Amino acid sequence: MYKIAKKDLPALFRRIAAGKELYLPLENGGQVNFGVWDEGGSVSLDTLKTVKSPKDAFFPQSETLYTCRRDGKNLSVDPEALQEQEFVLFGVKACDVRGFEILDQVFLADPVDTFYEARRAHATIVSLACHEPEETCFCNVFDIDCAAPAGDVASWSIGETLYWKPLTQKGEALTEAVKDLLAQAQEEPVESEKNSIRAIVEKLPYSHLSLEGWGGGALEEAFDSPLWEELYKPCLACGTCTFVCPTCQCYDIKDYDTGHGVQRYRCWDSCMYSDFTMMAHGNNRTSQMQRFRQRFMHKLVYFPANNDGIYSCVGCGRCVEKCPSALHIVKVIKTFAEASKSKHTGGEQP
Amino acid sequence: MPECVKTMSQAEREIHLMTAQQQTTQTQVVNRAKELLADGTVARVLGWKAGELPYAPQPAYFEKEEDLEEFVYNGFCGANLSKYMIEASKLDGKTLVCLKPCDTYSFRQLMKEHRVDREKAYIIGVGCKGKLDIEKIKAQGIKGIQSIQGAERTDDADTLTIQTLYGERTCAYADVMLERCHVCKGKEHMIFDELIGESRDTKDRDRFAQVKEIEAMTPGERFAFFQKELSRCIRCNACRNVCPACSCRKCVFDSSQFDSAQKANADPFEEKMFHIIRAFHVAGRCTDCGECSRVCPQGIPLHLFNRKFIKDINEFYGEYQAGADLEPRGPLTSYVFEDVEPGIVAERG
Repeated sequence: MYKIAKKDLPALFRRIAAGKELYLPLENGGQVNFGVWDEGGSVSLDTLKTVKSPKDAFFPQSETLYTCRRDGKNLSVDPEALQEQEFVLFGVKACDVRGFEILDQVFLADPVDTFYEARRAHATIVSLACHEPEETCFCNVFDIDCAAPAGDVASWSIGETLYWKPLTQKGEALTEAVKDLLAQAQEEPVESEKNSIRAIVEKLPYSHLSLEGWGGGALEEAFDSPLWEELYKPCLACGTCTFVCPTCQCYDIKDYDTGHGVQRYRCWDSCMYSDFTMMAHGNNRTSQMQRFRQRFMHKLVYFPANNDGIYSCVGCGRCVEKCPSALHIVKVIKTFAEASKSKHTGGEQP
Repeated sequence: MPECVKTMSQAEREIHLMTAQQQTTQTQVVNRAKELLADGTVARVLGWKAGELPYAPQPAYFEKEEDLEEFVYNGFCGANLSKYMIEASKLDGKTLVCLKPCDTYSFRQLMKEHRVDREKAYIIGVGCKGKLDIEKIKAQGIKGIQSIQGAERTDDADTLTIQTLYGERTCAYADVMLERCHVCKGKEHMIFDELIGESRDTKDRDRFAQVKEIEAMTPGERFAFFQKELSRCIRCNACRNVCPACSCRKCVFDSSQFDSAQKANADPFEEKMFHIIRAFHVAGRCTDCGECSRVCPQGIPLHLFNRKFIKDINEFYGEYQAGADLEPRGPLTSYVFEDVEPGIVAERG
């Protein structure tokens, strides 16, 4: 265990940024999102949740895959270069670290997504424990411990000190590069911080959310439930929930006409959008209810069915905070739980 | 005790245990809605119901009298329900809709555009004492919110008392209101079948103050200002989808044939283009309801675009408020000889 005074963090950032690109939560116009740090960047490690998750670092909202250029009778096709530069993601919360593991299940499975793979290979993740979890958090429902985040280095923000613990080889290497800025530290303050975080987590309103009835086996019962028809109604069909989500992984591939050729790019897609998975024959989800259902079925049923029971929600609560209609995964889980309870107590006749 | 009250979460119970004043407006609406459902005047009620968190009520339909136990009306009911009436107009029977004064401008504008059916609506104009902005509450460093007392203003309670996991906090109601309430158009309902609840004047700022500041900038500064704000846009389309003026059945940005994607900005120009096209398209029809800025997950002050158009329209064609009347033509859809020439834009710089 190491430590560094928070007043010395700029020196730490400078050191890291000298050799690698450094991503940090940066404030812009009152909102905090991960971005590349440079001198003068307004770092906000105290912000619990960035608006967007840090998944852009591996899976950007929009990225060019290759460019076709026409020059007379010649046509050239230039694929985009893969990530070659090492970079550091600093201040990632436990839920978002798990989010990367969920994206790995998708992008590192055969056939491997080389763009994603290259970025993952060149990244070092410095995670940060959640000093003060909030009412929208429910990571512990997915067995995530926000007091002891995974990553290459774990860190804890306690008073005026940042505690630092390498967890992997990559983390050891980063620690080595900044070692003269760090001091040796006792485990005790971190242990007591962990306890206080866990005590707060116990008190969070969604901490005891039950996932009973969900999972890979719930396919037909959940899909055919009449509850979707009621639940989706306030949905505005915007993509906020999908775009702030650390695990939403659907993308679309489009061509951008540059006038002299074509840039083929991929961008995040949203199951809330009317042309989601549109194919030549048309669209296989023609109503907003179907599109709405898709999002929750994917997270709570399809994904676990295909990935050894792992849910593709990490309980970060960004959708809970940002949905303009207060309609989100917690609402869905609770509505299903209520209905199932009333069914079991005879409240609803078959 | 009704079943739904027994099964309520702590947060929902808090909303039920409200001040006497609030009970009045909310209970009055509920009682009246029950009567209208019972006598068959309306087939459903469109209002707000308790959400998962004390500050997030949800727009909701109620079809049965007993469902109305979940109905809430408090300071967090900022959502403008007018746009939902486009779909509700297609349903059988009348929909009782609760509209705040500013929401009625949107409804009237939609009537003018033949997008809602007046005959399908039973409008209860609900009083408004200013609506709250949870982002402003959180910006005061208030986190871990468990319950909020005083979410509906009364004459003797002008402070929110917030229980959090990290202790009790308070904040002044007026400090955490939505921007739009500080520049309120007035508490008069433009259209209604009946009125319930009292209003309170909340206007304490010049609606065009920030527009004037932006106008005073050099073109370079102005560009930098909007560049910085719009660079946060994630193209979630929440502003468009919530906007009562954005009522096209199919948006050009949703077309797969259009060169601009709906989902991402292909280049830095596109994030500006989407918002500029939208602002032009709603110009002359935007009532300045402020929903675009309320729902933006990235806190972009989108209303500034619309307000610039409104200010220009006022200056070029005389004072005009979309949704304040049912005249068939607005200033941008009619022509009179005295109209300014398009060159005015270049002339004034």
